[in-house]
Amino acid sequence: MTATIQTLEPIERPPTTMGSRLEGELMEVSMGPQHPSTHGVFRMNVALEGEIVRKLKPVFGYLHRNHEKIGENTSYLGSMPYTDRLDYFCSMTNNWAYALSVEKLAGIEVPERAQYLRVILAELTRLQNHASLLGFLLSDMGAWGTPLMYAFREREKILDLFESLSGSRMMCDYMRFGGCRVDAGPDWMERAKKIVDLFPRFIDEMENLVVGNEIVIARTQNVGKLSAELAINAGITGPMLRACGVNYDVRKVDGYGFYPRFKFRIPLGEHGDTYDRLMMRALEMRESVGILKQALEQVPAGPIMNPKVKIRAFRPPVGEAYGRIEAPKGELGFYLISDGGTNPYRYRVRPPSFINLTVLEDLCLGHTVADVMVILGSVDIVMGEVDR
Amino acid sequence: MIGTGILKGMAVTARNFVGSYFEKDRLITVQYPEERNPLPENYRNFPFLPYDGDDPEAGLRCVACKICEKECPPQCIYIVKSEDKKPDYMDKPQFYPKVFNIDISVCMSCQICVEVCPFEAIKMDKVFELSRRERFDALLLRKSDLAKPNEYYHSICPTDAAEVDAKLAEAAAKKKPAAPAAPAAAPPASAA
Repeated sequence: MTATIQTLEPIERPPTTMGSRLEGELMEVSMGPQHPSTHGVFRMNVALEGEIVRKLKPVFGYLHRNHEKIGENTSYLGSMPYTDRLDYFCSMTNNWAYALSVEKLAGIEVPERAQYLRVILAELTRLQNHASLLGFLLSDMGAWGTPLMYAFREREKILDLFESLSGSRMMCDYMRFGGCRVDAGPDWMERAKKIVDLFPRFIDEMENLVVGNEIVIARTQNVGKLSAELAINAGITGPMLRACGVNYDVRKVDGYGFYPRFKFRIPLGEHGDTYDRLMMRALEMRESVGILKQALEQVPAGPIMNPKVKIRAFRPPVGEAYGRIEAPKGELGFYLISDGGTNPYRYRVRPPSFINLTVLEDLCLGHTVADVMVILGSVDIVMGEVDR
Repeated sequence: MIGTGILKGMAVTARNFVGSYFEKDRLITVQYPEERNPLPENYRNFPFLPYDGDDPEAGLRCVACKICEKECPPQCIYIVKSEDKKPDYMDKPQFYPKVFNIDISVCMSCQICVEVCPFEAIKMDKVFELSRRERFDALLLRKSDLAKPNEYYHSICPTDAAEVDAKLAEAAAKKKPAAPAAPAAAPPASAA
């Protein structure tokens, strides 16, 4: 096929005359990819009527790195550090989802201590993800800097924990098939306990900033309403789905890891608007603190690695597996097909923030441009995961 | 009453502002180039090649098996195997890397090379102030840049280095029960 420049049909525009009514006249605005409030390199083509959004077309792919194809050409272990770079806010949960699917594929048992460590790290990840989301969202609403700084202060403490355990703040690369890479010493556990005990103070302060704040309420309530039917039909997961009042959490549904051993509740929203999505994060942080307290109490001594798993020349048997976990942003799944070789035959990621982003147009229609930013912030996307 | 929510938020800001002067965990930043937080022991950045003894050529543990080159996910390691052999720390003749390059502009610090190395020949360094003025060659580390003495490894990761030394000494003692004195004792002596 030869490459030809596509000729575009001329767009018919109604004649504009100064002073005429703006009704029915659409103006196309390209927001992003370098907009201060787009979370990463994400562009939206918005058709505006006055200030009201009539049409919205998301454009992405600016951060595409061919993650899935690279995964098919690298060994199973070699994909583990790449998963850190999917959702770079939550590398621990990405590691866990990938490790879980390979463990399912190869039928690998995980020792008890490693399971507890995974739960602890996943919940710490959830804390820091939700904390920074609240900060970003308030920042999108015009509270520039201050709440984000408080959120990043708390996040920094958790990242320090990650760094002292795994060696890196964000690109942890911590989990391995059949366990975890490094053991956490007693002093690490003490530090984690201290941080978890202090965390509710931050949640209280964040709720004081949000709950009852007239500006936040005016900006978020009844903005970007998502109905439960549309959410289910579009495959929305995570806090965004639960904000619509649908009780679906993979931690409860699948009971992967050792989650059935812990007592926790699933917070549910009622209206599915931005305010509910915002509060959902605050409530989930409280539940995560509860899980962390239980897990840090109960964590047993023992090995952290299944000794039968080979690091080099790891070949799972022929078959396919889908492992999914409740990542902070929603259901994160890895689908792997093995043909018995050292590389997966097919490697597919089900990224929660990409699928949650698909309803963006439905959420934004009829709202103003300023609301689009708030709605986009409440969807909680990370472009590393959307574009892969 | 309208406005109470905003006043509540203001109170939080005030508490954080005043608290940052008195509470350590409300102000966790340090003034970086002058003040530095100590790096945790597990911190990892880019790989280096520890060597025993004084000579970086003779003491290198790498036998150019190329496992790390093969397993490296972003393919940033380049090794050329030697034609001749030289004695390793157990006095066993082994190949050695004639060329050992790591392109740290490609390396993603994943530590897989360290995990797959059967000879404890590659470890993770902690140097992170690596900005260079040149664009091309400066970030390609050659064998002479990568080789660092075992004492240096002891200074950055004392626990891990002691474990590695004990493991190597044990392997050397097992391999050479006949001539125990000089070569078997060599690595721990140099380590101390």
